[in-house]
Amino acid sequence: MATPLALRLSERLEKTWEEPPGLGTWLDSVDHKKIGKHYIYTAFLFFTAGGIEALIMRAQLARPNERLLNPEAYNQLFSMHGITMIFFFVTPMLFGFGNYFVPLMIGARDMAFPRLNAFGYWIFLFAGIFMYSSFLIGRAPDDGWFNYVPIAGARFTPGLNIDYYTLGLAFLGISTTVGSVNFIVTIFKLRAPGMSIARLPLYVWAILATSFAVVFALPSLTIANVMLELDRRAGFNFFEVAKGGDVVLWQHLFWIFGHPDVYIIFLPAVGIVSTIIPAFTRRRIIGYVWLALATMATAIIGFGVWVHHMFAVGLPNLSMAFFSAASMLITIPSGVQIFAWIATIISGRPVFKTPMLFIMGFVFVFVMGGVTGVMFASVPFDQQITDSYFVVAHFHYVLFGGAVFPIFAAIHYWAPKMSGRMLHEGWGKVSFWLIFLGFNLTFFPMHIAGLLGMPRRIYTYHGGLGWDVWNLLSTIGGFVLAAGLLVVVLNFLWSLRAGAPAGSDPWGAPDLEWATSSPPPHYNFLEIPTVRSNTPLWDQPELREMGRRVHDLQRTMAEGHVTIGTTVVDAEPEAILPMPESTFVPVVTAIGVTGIFVGFLTLIYPVIVIGGAIAIGGLQAWVRPKEIVG
Amino acid sequence: MHAPPTRRTALSAGSVVLAFMATAGCANAPSTLDPHGPGAHRIATLWWFMFAVSAAVVLVVGALLLVGAVRRGRRGGPGEEPRWAHALMFGGGVAFPVIILTALWIWTLRDIAALSQPAGPDAVTIDVIGHQWWWEVRYPREGIVTANDIHVPVGQRVRLRLTTQDVLHSFWVPQLTGKTDLIAGRTNTMTIEADRPGVYRGQCAEFCGLQHAQMIFYVVAEAPPDYQAWVARETATPTSPTDPMALEGEQLFERAPCAACHTIRGTSARGTLGPDLSDFGARLSIGAGTVPNTRGNLGGWIVDSQSLKPGNLMPPIQLDPRELQALIAYLESTR
Repeated sequence: MATPLALRLSERLEKTWEEPPGLGTWLDSVDHKKIGKHYIYTAFLFFTAGGIEALIMRAQLARPNERLLNPEAYNQLFSMHGITMIFFFVTPMLFGFGNYFVPLMIGARDMAFPRLNAFGYWIFLFAGIFMYSSFLIGRAPDDGWFNYVPIAGARFTPGLNIDYYTLGLAFLGISTTVGSVNFIVTIFKLRAPGMSIARLPLYVWAILATSFAVVFALPSLTIANVMLELDRRAGFNFFEVAKGGDVVLWQHLFWIFGHPDVYIIFLPAVGIVSTIIPAFTRRRIIGYVWLALATMATAIIGFGVWVHHMFAVGLPNLSMAFFSAASMLITIPSGVQIFAWIATIISGRPVFKTPMLFIMGFVFVFVMGGVTGVMFASVPFDQQITDSYFVVAHFHYVLFGGAVFPIFAAIHYWAPKMSGRMLHEGWGKVSFWLIFLGFNLTFFPMHIAGLLGMPRRIYTYHGGLGWDVWNLLSTIGGFVLAAGLLVVVLNFLWSLRAGAPAGSDPWGAPDLEWATSSPPPHYNFLEIPTVRSNTPLWDQPELREMGRRVHDLQRTMAEGHVTIGTTVVDAEPEAILPMPESTFVPVVTAIGVTGIFVGFLTLIYPVIVIGGAIAIGGLQAWVRPKEIVG
Repeated sequence: MHAPPTRRTALSAGSVVLAFMATAGCANAPSTLDPHGPGAHRIATLWWFMFAVSAAVVLVVGALLLVGAVRRGRRGGPGEEPRWAHALMFGGGVAFPVIILTALWIWTLRDIAALSQPAGPDAVTIDVIGHQWWWEVRYPREGIVTANDIHVPVGQRVRLRLTTQDVLHSFWVPQLTGKTDLIAGRTNTMTIEADRPGVYRGQCAEFCGLQHAQMIFYVVAEAPPDYQAWVARETATPTSPTDPMALEGEQLFERAPCAACHTIRGTSARGTLGPDLSDFGARLSIGAGTVPNTRGNLGGWIVDSQSLKPGNLMPPIQLDPRELQALIAYLESTR
């Protein structure tokens, strides 16, 4: 039972932090938990779209000379599948979990910039709708997710397909960038007192590394897209060979972003793994410092390997030798992580609940993707195998295996915190085995098809080349995999209505998010705790009664709408930070920005002007919040 | 000594090729694991080494996960870091990869050097020019222009100069060696060599648009005397066909839309948008590997190539049945 003081203070905090219910809350919320959920749901819708695209392609490739799809439809589907999964599913999904859980794990009441957070979500949603609206006019991007020139230039793809791509990704980049900046500041400045940098949960380390990688990598993609759009629309000739441009420039710019992006996708997933393993092995992670260092090292070395995507371009041998070595070097931090996890599992007492099964599946699948990744660092083998189905197999092992398995572990692990209800354990295990077997049946045969000479991105193939059986197996596997994913969705929906109550800490986990109720109150914590360990819930018994008893009245800060700011390294309290109220300004500003991009797409200039005016007005209101809030 | 081939011998040569295709299923399956050239041999060896190490790593990790799964009862407290754990982390995560990767890198450097050795000065040089979606093949020294079939002598290093007329493509014959991209505005070179006679299937490996899937070609590797015979045939003075039907076809070809896009040596057809058809009758396929070169397929292609290879640049040609027969007879007679 809670003490009367705790009850009184929590009522007051609830009044200060709650957002009035209704449709308005959806639009004006600045609560990181709501925004996090919106990210997760929206990203899951895109995952569904990308998955359906994949299944249609697998149906087309089930047997040789199939005529289900015409080549243009196939090209749009494979392009949108890649664009969707990479840009509109994995990163937003991981940002969604980050949004929901980073403040909870560091003991804060919200993200550092709640309105920017809302703005980032709206931009993501609108950019996704923008990109997908291309299907309505039958002009979805059709030159692949890396969109090489000159085929993506105006001469060979004159339609709007590529304008959707360039503008859509530049548009989305705003969301990813503001999200990353928000994570960096939140993690540096809003940690609970005592959570020094050496006590940061590994998930938070991973989000930090990822966010820095985004900030440094994304400009390269944005610049490339701006240059391509100027080429297409205004004849700037950055990439137009006949007029002195260079097509390889696009490849460098794209992969300077594109390879770090692999780690942008993978690192948060690694953080999930390092979070879940201790909870289910009942022991601390082994090699905490080395795992944190490995995370940072991966993010940094990831910037020095991009040329291994270009070994067939005809670059000088010296360049290839260098990038070959760098690409091999990046194995080492991943190797340290893998063996630290394995050592933790062996020396712990593993409990095989669904989240842990997905983690075990992840380790196995990711190692398989990792060893084939090393092969691509070997230049002659890369030249033989690049752009074959072997590559398709490899990157699904690292991206589906490396990121989606942890995402499904996270769904089973964290959904009880978000909804207050447990998923069904039996169906969870069924879904894991369907996904694990379906995944391997889909993607393992692609290694073989690639070794047998099957290039990627072909809408059809001839029989009798040794490829038929492997493609059929892949297609069957794809549908098994889809069945497994469907079980997860049904299990989740079932849990919302009928799942067992989760309680505040169903797993006996060590991190701070389990110190508060499930779902957490609007204000997250009745009082901001003092952290003295990197497994606080295991070492500080007082945290378990944090919602029921007040230990330090000052830390409840029930008088205002505030959270605590602390120093970057040691997390010494240094400021009381006022937090903004719910507001429509972010969504309005995002609508204005959308107008600008729609205007550039359609070249209807008044739309650009109106959108720009709305966006500027929104920013005006943003910097003078009292006037609109008041 | 090679007499200029008569139509009869040429036809029989063609039917031998067709019979070969029928028995071998068009060409060898393009497997990287069935190498027929020194480059592909080298890479296949590298692959088997990496495969063995990789399989061992996957097995060991799988076994360790199993150990973790079945082992009950832990040693030490929840916060202890046993010695062996650090040994595993640094042994498995640092020491082992450093050793293996150093070896692999040295091996890689050696193979990069070996694979990039240029062909000798008197080797055959071939210009390969990528088009959406076919391959123009030129032998500058011999003065031969053809498409989609690349004849090479067995056991000799052949130098390829790769360029593209439009978008990026990639030249890949898995059984011979690794691929090299065709980059707009650049000329890439590579060396191929086949160590046994045969027909090796190649395919574009860089996405190039609608018919990326059907931008196929064949490397026809022949013993040097056979290769020389082929060169002699290709460079012989072209003559008009003697068969009246084929002759009618030739005149039709020159008159009809065909000549706007295609060249045939010795005729007034000088188009350059589509492939040169001077030796079409001897080619293995129609439409850059879309269908085997048979009379039936040729008729289907001329009348409606769009249904066989949607999006290719050749429009449907309206012909009455007799004209079509004449045109087929003519094209099949070309060498």
